[in-house]
Amino acid sequence: MSEMTLPFAPARETAATSYLGEGHTLTSWLLTTDHKRIAILYALSITVFFFIGGIVVGLVRLELISPTGWFMTSDEYNRAFSIHGIVMVWFFLVPSIPATMGNFILPMMIGAPDVAFPRLNLLSWYLYVIGAAFTVYVLLSGGVDTGWTFYPPFSTGYSNSNVIPAAVGVFVVGFSSIATGVNFLATVHMLRAPGMTWFRLPLFAWSMYTVSMVMVLATPVLAMSLLLISAERFFGFPIFDATIGGDPLLFQHIFWFYSHPAVYIMILPAMGVVSEVFACFARRRVFGYSFMVFALLVIAVVGFMVWGHHMFVAGQSPFANLVFSFLSFMVAVPSAIKVFNWTATLYRGQIGLEAPMLYALGFVGLFTIGGLTGLFLASVPIDIAATDSYFVVAHFHFIMVGGSVSAFMAGIHYWWPKVTGRLYNEFAAQCAAITMFIGFNLTFMPQFVMGWLGMPRRYHLYPDVFQIWHVLSSGGAAVLAVAYLLPLGYLGWSLIGGQRAGDNPWAATGLEWQTPSPPPRQNFLHPPRVTSEPYAYHEFGRAREQDGETSISGQGDVS
Amino acid sequence: MKLAEFTTAASDYASHVDTLFALLSIISGAVVALVTALIVIFLIRYHRGSRAPRGETPERVDREIEIGWTVATFFTFLFLFWWAASDQLTALALPKDELEVHVVAKQWMWRIQHPSGVREINELHVPAHSNVRLVMTSQDVIHDLYLPTMRLKQDVLPDRYTYLSFNATKTGIFHLTCAEFCGTDHSVMAGRLVVVTPEEYARWTSAQPEGDDLAHQGEKLFRSLGCSGCHAPGSTVHAPDLHGLYGAAVQLADGRTVTADEAYLRDCILLPDKNRVAGFPPLMPNFSGSVTPGQVVQLVAYIKSLTTQSTGTTQGVAR
Amino acid sequence: MTDLARALQEPWPDLRMQREGVSLGMWFFLASEVLFFAALFCSYAIYRSYNPEAFRIAGAHTKVIYGSINTVLLLTSSLTMTVALRAATAQLRRVTLICLGITVALGLAFLITKGLEYHDDIEEHLVPGTGFPLSPPATQIFWGLYWIMTGIHAIHLSAGVVVVIAVMIIFGRRIIPVQGSTMEGVAIYWHFVDSVWIFLYPLIYLAGRA
Ligand code: HEA
Ligand code: HEA
Ligand code: HEC
Ligand code: CUA
Ligand SMILES: [Cu+2]
Repeated sequence: MSEMTLPFAPARETAATSYLGEGHTLTSWLLTTDHKRIAILYALSITVFFFIGGIVVGLVRLELISPTGWFMTSDEYNRAFSIHGIVMVWFFLVPSIPATMGNFILPMMIGAPDVAFPRLNLLSWYLYVIGAAFTVYVLLSGGVDTGWTFYPPFSTGYSNSNVIPAAVGVFVVGFSSIATGVNFLATVHMLRAPGMTWFRLPLFAWSMYTVSMVMVLATPVLAMSLLLISAERFFGFPIFDATIGGDPLLFQHIFWFYSHPAVYIMILPAMGVVSEVFACFARRRVFGYSFMVFALLVIAVVGFMVWGHHMFVAGQSPFANLVFSFLSFMVAVPSAIKVFNWTATLYRGQIGLEAPMLYALGFVGLFTIGGLTGLFLASVPIDIAATDSYFVVAHFHFIMVGGSVSAFMAGIHYWWPKVTGRLYNEFAAQCAAITMFIGFNLTFMPQFVMGWLGMPRRYHLYPDVFQIWHVLSSGGAAVLAVAYLLPLGYLGWSLIGGQRAGDNPWAATGLEWQTPSPPPRQNFLHPPRVTSEPYAYHEFGRAREQDGETSISGQGDVS
Repeated sequence: MKLAEFTTAASDYASHVDTLFALLSIISGAVVALVTALIVIFLIRYHRGSRAPRGETPERVDREIEIGWTVATFFTFLFLFWWAASDQLTALALPKDELEVHVVAKQWMWRIQHPSGVREINELHVPAHSNVRLVMTSQDVIHDLYLPTMRLKQDVLPDRYTYLSFNATKTGIFHLTCAEFCGTDHSVMAGRLVVVTPEEYARWTSAQPEGDDLAHQGEKLFRSLGCSGCHAPGSTVHAPDLHGLYGAAVQLADGRTVTADEAYLRDCILLPDKNRVAGFPPLMPNFSGSVTPGQVVQLVAYIKSLTTQSTGTTQGVAR
Repeated sequence: MTDLARALQEPWPDLRMQREGVSLGMWFFLASEVLFFAALFCSYAIYRSYNPEAFRIAGAHTKVIYGSINTVLLLTSSLTMTVALRAATAQLRRVTLICLGITVALGLAFLITKGLEYHDDIEEHLVPGTGFPLSPPATQIFWGLYWIMTGIHAIHLSAGVVVVIAVMIIFGRRIIPVQGSTMEGVAIYWHFVDSVWIFLYPLIYLAGRA
């Protein structure tokens, strides 16, 4: 990276202390209302949970090497994949990009000194911690075996595990999502810098805005479904009890009414990150900006109408199936637009293959495959054959791990110099990105195959004809584990021995880059004023010298 | 175990599904190839510092391209949806002359009852080239009957009937398993689907020890449980006559009109409050504690036999 | 002027923006709440359509007197809350405090009435489970929903009472210019909790008496 030549001298004034320098005590972190510090708190906590979820599933993959199992009982296996799903979805992926990069970057990107409600922001982290504490308790006290979907009557009447603490954990962490969502919505509405009109918002800001909408409107429904489950299990209120006239399918409807939008909670932020990274490393305006914005909005809205595609075999009427199938195809159109626009952004660019870009390219490829297999599942006859098989498992890991986690990594690498003021070792990062891509495909491609051949999911013991595919997949998981450990190493090292980054090592245009790295407590030394559309990379290079301070022609004026 | 027990397409419907899968794979493969190819070409041609031209493209061209691929995607999706939907609709329209087999799921086994009264566990014998309809219910949690070679799956719910129809065209032994997570032994709630020729099926049926068919068993229950005390034609209690009930439209006390299908009959026995018949006193007792799902199946079979003769060996009952 | 300065909180540039921001945030939060209750109301509607008879029988056992008294209490409290907000806007400190006080009192009265009602319900064993007196069994669904719905509403109302008391304490100490206060957000929330009750009342108390 050091050999990357910049069109301006990396100058830095050290007048203002950075947000990192404002107090070094534990309380200065735990009671902070600085969105940047809260982002760091979140980043640390979700990293812990990513590795918890990862280690647990590492055991799952290890166990699945043998068709007859070798070190777990079936109950232990069921608990393992359940806690994996719960931890990865609610304690890692849902908060991942919004609560870390959203918190850190969004206010800076729109030129705000902080989020609208800084104390609510801190509260949201504490809610996360409380929810997480419940989950850790569940983990230590024997686990939960309902899958991440909590279907009754199994969860309410038959499971012998810690269903209620698990449900409470998810319930509480849901409110942390809602708090973040409300905060971001108000921030984007009220605190944009002068000149930052809606259609000058960078796509990452738009993605945060749309994802907040979904969080605010979908999460309460999940909360209610969990509350009803807990009431039935704890008090014996027979809400979903079919023997007296209740309906277990009602739970599934309520659950998926949240959980389908939730999958968009997990992908919209990733799309935002990738748009930023593509523009920066192709040095080009994102192709079709307004289409990209509308695509985000349409996904957020139509995403609320397709939940029934998770219930094609649940006993829903065949005509409901048709409608949900149709809407699922429709919600894929805006995703297609995004894929094509990213591709077109590369056209006539000045493409560099730094680590963030490698991760982002990986995202596009894997998301496309994951999304297209989503279309397979949206076709009723295929879904009837493939539902509850490894085909589905592969589908959602392609999008959530191949897509969202790659985008998360892209974002971490892209904004790392901004957050820490340091550069990491570029070569190590590129190696990690490539390893991740290879390991990922090795892990999950075989799952498509065995899924379509008939391997059901959530199976501890399985017919030995599928062993070869499971072994391949487990091998891939080992590669993947290495790829996820690498960044801990070189990113950690960069904090101690990394080169100073300068304010804007990528020569990017977003407002967040036009302030010192790491930024001062109040984000900007002077209130920013926005003068142009985002992604003005074409004119890049016409740096201006002013008051001895280098200012690039970014999105606005901060001097 | 052989892979063919999972992968054989053992019905016409299964072959249709495979065709659809192939079609989707081809289109998806093409899209992935296209996107990858474009990305790779751009990466090479427009790598930083390369000498390719870099000027702006006209706004109008951009817009036309954008609209172009949006519309193209939309119509491709419409086409795919149409294809998938028409496959689904044809599958729904299976003709009615069916062999009805009852399936009761419980943690962690499948209990199967043939119309002839024959029972089996974790094994399902069906004749080839016949329309088979499975009428399924669960005794505890949600299960899912998965027949990989039929490309079919259906959740099996407690206190409710769900159905699965197929017409096997290949004889052989295939896999059958549970696809909805149902607890500890979910992964071994498996069995065999045995498709035999119709003649063999008849021979197999008559070779089984079980005597009575379902409807007859139901008839006995109908007497022993005291149903006949009210529902027999000569009874003093004012209760509806059940002859000809199955399939008919019933006027309910709360104004609704429903068709008397299996689910309705089941509800009448287990949840009589749900559907009170118009014009009768609400006397029908609730039997939910006193009959097992298997017995409900028999009772329902008996009441159906009062209307239809389709379940093979049922003796005619005076109408 | 120092009051003004104290009322203005972090990222906001001025008091007007802050007030707008707070009420906007509150509206977003309420949108979330609406969906929270909507899930519950949908469940109620669906189950009622499945078991109309059971819901009628079960609904006849709710205590309509308590319910009606509570409706009056809450509607009145909404009124006093509105007056309080107006008074605060006009900088009438005493009137504001009095009205808030009445609002809190009405809210507490609601909770007490609710408590008495719960007591009666429990006396009659109207808690789903063994020993539940009503039949058919689906009446238990109604009563399960009854406890959940009214319970959640009561929790919301209690939160409202606590927040209003907090606002009163702030007001009692000094006149905070209302432009910058959380008063408006609190008022919006209070009205929301009331309007949820307006939906609950017919569903619970009138369902069995139509
Ligand atoms: C981030 C998460 C995420 C995302 C974004 C998606 C996106 C999509 N998902 Fe997925 N899905 C999950 C996570 C996700 N899903 C999870 C977790 C489950 C399982 C839950 C469980 O049971 O445990 C699941 C399950 C699931 C099912 C149910 C399977 C089953 O259990 O039976 C279905 C069925 O329709 C489905 C469909 C779709 C569709 C149509 C999309 C679309 O939005 C995808 C759109 C994208 C594209 C289509 C790719 C790009 C398009 C092009 C390049 C266009 C060109 C193409 C052509 C011209 C053909 N998903
Ligand atoms: C949202 C995110 C998310 C993420 C990131 C992942 C990540 C991974 N998932 Fe998971 N997964 C889900 C969400 C996610 N998953 C969900 C929702 C389910 C459904 C649950 C249910 O059915 O209820 C599921 C289910 C699921 C199954 C199906 C289980 C079953 O049905 O029986 C499998 C099987 O292979 C699997 C594998 C993996 C692997 C190999 C990874 C890898 O990407 C993880 C790689 C990371 C690490 C390995 C950690 C880092 C490495 C170390 C700390 C070193 C030590 C490691 C070892 C000793 C191996 N997942
Ligand atoms: C005490 C008398 C009594 C007994 C015993 C009784 N029934 Fe009934 N049944 C009634 C009455 C009265 C009705 C009509 C009113 C109603 O729906 O409750 C009825 C309705 C029905 C219906 C719906 C009929 C329609 O026209 O839609 C079915 C089916 C039925 N009973 C089956 C049974 C079966 C099976 C049993 C035994 C397990 C049984 N009944 C035992 C009195 C009885
Ligand atoms: Cu039965 Cu899984
Ligand atoms: Cu979905």
